[in-house]
Amino acid sequence: MSSVLEVRGLEKHFGGIVAVAGVSFEVRAGEILGIIGPNGSGKSTLFNCILGQLAPSAGDVHLDGHAVTGMRPCDLNRLGVSRTFQLLQIFPQLTVRENLILAGQEHRGTMLSRLFGPRDAGLTARADEMLGFFRLEKLADELAGGLSYGQQKLLDAAMAFMAGPRLVLLDEPAGGVNLTMLASLRDRLKAINAEMGATFVVIEHNMEFVMALCHRILVLAEGRIIAQGDPASVRRDPKVIEAYLGG
Amino acid sequence: MSRRVLAIAAAALVAAFLLAAPFGFKPYGVFILSTWAVMSIAAIGLNLTLGYAGQISLAQAAFVGIGAYVTAWLTTRGWPFWSTYLIGATACFAIGWLLGYPALRVQHHYLAFVTLAFTTLVYLAFRNEEWLTGGIYGITNIPRPSVLGLSTEPGRVYYYFCLAHLALVSAAAWWLIRSPWGRAFVAVRENPVRALSLGVDTRRYTLMAFALGAGLGGISGALYAPLVQYIDPSPFALGLSLNLLLMVVVGGSGYFLGPYVGAIVAVLLPEWLRFTEGYYLMAYAVLVIALMVVCPAGLLGLVERVLKPRSKAVASDR
Repeated sequence: MSSVLEVRGLEKHFGGIVAVAGVSFEVRAGEILGIIGPNGSGKSTLFNCILGQLAPSAGDVHLDGHAVTGMRPCDLNRLGVSRTFQLLQIFPQLTVRENLILAGQEHRGTMLSRLFGPRDAGLTARADEMLGFFRLEKLADELAGGLSYGQQKLLDAAMAFMAGPRLVLLDEPAGGVNLTMLASLRDRLKAINAEMGATFVVIEHNMEFVMALCHRILVLAEGRIIAQGDPASVRRDPKVIEAYLGG
Repeated sequence: MSRRVLAIAAAALVAAFLLAAPFGFKPYGVFILSTWAVMSIAAIGLNLTLGYAGQISLAQAAFVGIGAYVTAWLTTRGWPFWSTYLIGATACFAIGWLLGYPALRVQHHYLAFVTLAFTTLVYLAFRNEEWLTGGIYGITNIPRPSVLGLSTEPGRVYYYFCLAHLALVSAAAWWLIRSPWGRAFVAVRENPVRALSLGVDTRRYTLMAFALGAGLGGISGALYAPLVQYIDPSPFALGLSLNLLLMVVVGGSGYFLGPYVGAIVAVLLPEWLRFTEGYYLMAYAVLVIALMVVCPAGLLGLVERVLKPRSKAVASDR
């Protein structure tokens, strides 16, 4: 399998604090990679450096072999890299369908052609397809701000997939989601991975969720990778147990 | 009757009133209505910047001023109106784009101060650069243009000229707001970080929102100068920026019809309250305060709250 994303020697310092201390890994096409680690181990900072939200202090990021280090998030997104955030991020004053159209519209044409082109940028059908996939079709014309938390969480995920990305970075997708919704979310993610061939990197605290979803897991502690491998072997690794239980 | 039919009927009624109005008003009334049309255009611009894209600007008076001075200066030197109009609007668009850069770094009240400083700076330039602007003596005898050989010199004709502009600007704004740009503006306002991660070039849309708002300010100014036919720096001071902000907020920030309603409140209401003589400004202030306390979303927010308690409206549709 070829690698979609390659991170080499990535570091991020905030003043004297080292949040990410030289992390290298690669993500292979079609896999679901989990990143776990205690709070403050640098997971979200790592995401933000990969995605251009923060400038890394050192190291590079390669997408399909091309350097994309420090590229702006919007440009990276148009290259097929998408993400969700730890906290829910939707547009409450737009309808559910409009949220999805927004998530796809910038991937088509130029700014000028969008101004003079169709109002939905030709994306209504695609948006409805996503709504169907995430079981939100009945809510299409509701304002997103009026949805329940779980529904908003599904919408939040649906938006990340709207433009048909090849690589999706999910920051705690299971956070705050109830058990029923959790199973549904996991099924949806697995289905997208299988059907659309999308590659995922998932940060997650919920061990059950991550073990059931991911093919491979990286364990981060104090900004470094302390273990990696398949879910079963990571679970048994003494270094991982120590990092989680403290020593 | 469906809501759509009602809306069309209401629009037809308003259009009929606006078209017939000059025949029922004295020249001063026609002048006030023309002022309303001109100020509505500036307020529509500010509503794009503030109401839709969420970027506060206290610079709108400066753009109205720049549009007015460019038109006044050039038309009194024999330039045809249309060329000065285009130069004024384009200049404002370009300056607005540049003024958008601070908005990429600072937001909210900090941005208000940056744009406030810009208005003050431009006002001082109008007042002090006598060789260019005539200083406090201003520029007099600003001609009104001819359209297809028809002079707009009479007040009524110029009113229709302003109204036609308002109609064109309204149509363009309607199109813009309903296009993907309108959706992107709302996204920049509501959640710029997520918008950026979804491929929305928030930098470019923010600058565009500033530039378009400023360009409409320039058009408003280019119409204002021939309307009053004499300009000096005083109307373009900070007071006008605040007044335009008031129009947008009182009318309903982020509502398509907000600026028109706001301009009625800011331009026409003070005139209607004149019968109270010395008290009219006080009465006006009390009304505005009361509205803001009762409904911070403005008059259209109030209307929406009454009409549909549980709204399904699309933000970029309203």
